[in-house]
Amino acid sequence: MPFVAQQMVNALQLGSIYALIALGYTLVYGVLRLINFAHGDIFMVGAFFSFFAAAVLGLPFLPTLLASMAATALLGVMIERLAYRPLRHAPRVSAVITALGVGLFLEHFTLASVGAQPRLMPPLIASAVYQAGPVRVTTVQLVIFLVALLLMLILDRFVNRTLTGMAMRAVSWDKSVVPLMGISVDRIIALTFAIGSGLAAAGGLLYATAYPVIEPYMGVLVGWKAFVAAVVGGIGVIRGAMLGAFVLGGAEVLVAAFLPSTYRDFIAFGLLLLLLIFRPQGILGRREVQKV
Amino acid sequence: MSLLEVRGLRVHYGPIQALHGIDLVVEEGEIVTLIGANGAGKTTTLRAISRLVPPSGGTIRFAGVDLTQLPPHQVVALGVSHVPEGRGIFANLTVLENLLLATYGRRDRARVHQDLERVFALFPRLGERKGQLAGTLSGGEQQMLAVGRALMTRSRLMLLDEPSMGLAPVLVEEIFATLAAINREGTTLLLVEQNAHQALKLAHRGYVLETGRIQTAGPAAALAQDPQVRQAYLGG
Ligand SMILES: Nc1ncnc2c1ncn2[C@@H]1O[C@H](COP(=O)(O)OP(=O)(O)OP(=O)(O)O)[C@@H](O)[C@H]1O
Ligand SMILES: [Mg+2]
Repeated sequence: MPFVAQQMVNALQLGSIYALIALGYTLVYGVLRLINFAHGDIFMVGAFFSFFAAAVLGLPFLPTLLASMAATALLGVMIERLAYRPLRHAPRVSAVITALGVGLFLEHFTLASVGAQPRLMPPLIASAVYQAGPVRVTTVQLVIFLVALLLMLILDRFVNRTLTGMAMRAVSWDKSVVPLMGISVDRIIALTFAIGSGLAAAGGLLYATAYPVIEPYMGVLVGWKAFVAAVVGGIGVIRGAMLGAFVLGGAEVLVAAFLPSTYRDFIAFGLLLLLLIFRPQGILGRREVQKV
Repeated sequence: MSLLEVRGLRVHYGPIQALHGIDLVVEEGEIVTLIGANGAGKTTTLRAISRLVPPSGGTIRFAGVDLTQLPPHQVVALGVSHVPEGRGIFANLTVLENLLLATYGRRDRARVHQDLERVFALFPRLGERKGQLAGTLSGGEQQMLAVGRALMTRSRLMLLDEPSMGLAPVLVEEIFATLAAINREGTTLLLVEQNAHQALKLAHRGYVLETGRIQTAGPAAALAQDPQVRQAYLGG
């Protein structure tokens, strides 16, 4: 029992990070019906921005978080403006190729500017261990979980309670009518990229806090996992992305706890693919209403 | 100066020309109807005015301002609302959210509540269902919501694209009565209809559109008596 509880804590840590990244996939898919394959690399850039804020500028945790979220949000807006907007009405496959291209560009731009050797993220959180009954929780784990939870609550409120959040949901339903409400669709889409990228940056900092070695290809596998989490939860459904991330985090941690760790990704992904066979729209997803 | 002044409006969809130079004027306070057969270009005319499609020629002036170079959300901000063909409600939002969304560009936030009350007074059924997802409304209720949403933009000119489409006769009566009331309260209406009989009864003036050209125009009562119009659109 204590063992399982301890694994739950680990699953929450991993799930929190996946959730922040998965949200970006799902938000962008919601407004553009585009899988932003560059998103994992945006997460990586966010981790590097955090590294620079912390290691070079010497900022503490909270300013590092805010600075890196802001810088990465701006990057997301630029990517949308320069790479995706010109293709808004192009065939779907062009947008997919572009997204893959943007991802490769970010990886190699980072590689060229910071070099290939991994960087060590300085510790921003004083480490302490709390014993809660049978379970050990570190300050790092607590911070990761609380920051992720807070950001998700803010996002959920924003999307469900504000006019701009309503506009995002309206765009995801039918872009063509939204301008008639006096709303600039371009602006809502740009904002969606900003939010998704900012959350990915938060994921990047939290990831680097937990696993402090960062390098230009770190976004590839984590990005794919977060993407799978978003699909498992139901792509386009915000709460689905959060749920899918914790399901994936849980599956990974449980597999790793009982089997050799080389099995971890293979079994965790296998389970999720199995789930998708039975529920292709994801856990909270609706079947796409075909619209002309 | 007329509230809306359209001169020589041309629209192309790729190689297809849908409008071949339309002239159309709407005065403040009027109800003007645009009637015509399927594919005549009625929807295209409204979409060009609200800038959902780019005109390939001609001018559109609203209260003296040239609309042809504006993005559609700014046309709304100037005071033109558009109830689109097929209603275009956001089924994944609640009734109330649909109505509030239409106030997005408004500066006078303080009046929003009052305008909501007005919409609920005109359409009590929307008030009863305000927390419900708009996708669960009946066709008639969705049409009311589409009109209510246009009201929430506080427009001077409302473009309506076949508000009677797919509705039972009783509901058509109800919607048209409400449109008359909205007009009496000061909103100018440009009404596209296939239901020419009802539209000519409600409107002050009318235009008859045929394959992208204005065929006839005049006072609604005169059009209703015109033998050609009667033959083509009023079933003899
Ligand atoms: N998106 C489009 N692409 C190509 N052609 C179009 C498009 N929309 C309309 N058209 C064409 O333009 C012409 C005018 O269409 P429009 O929808 O304006 O007619 P309408 O008078 O509103 O017809 P209805 O009464 O059926 O609604 C038609 O020939 C139509 O086929
Ligand atoms: Mg039409």
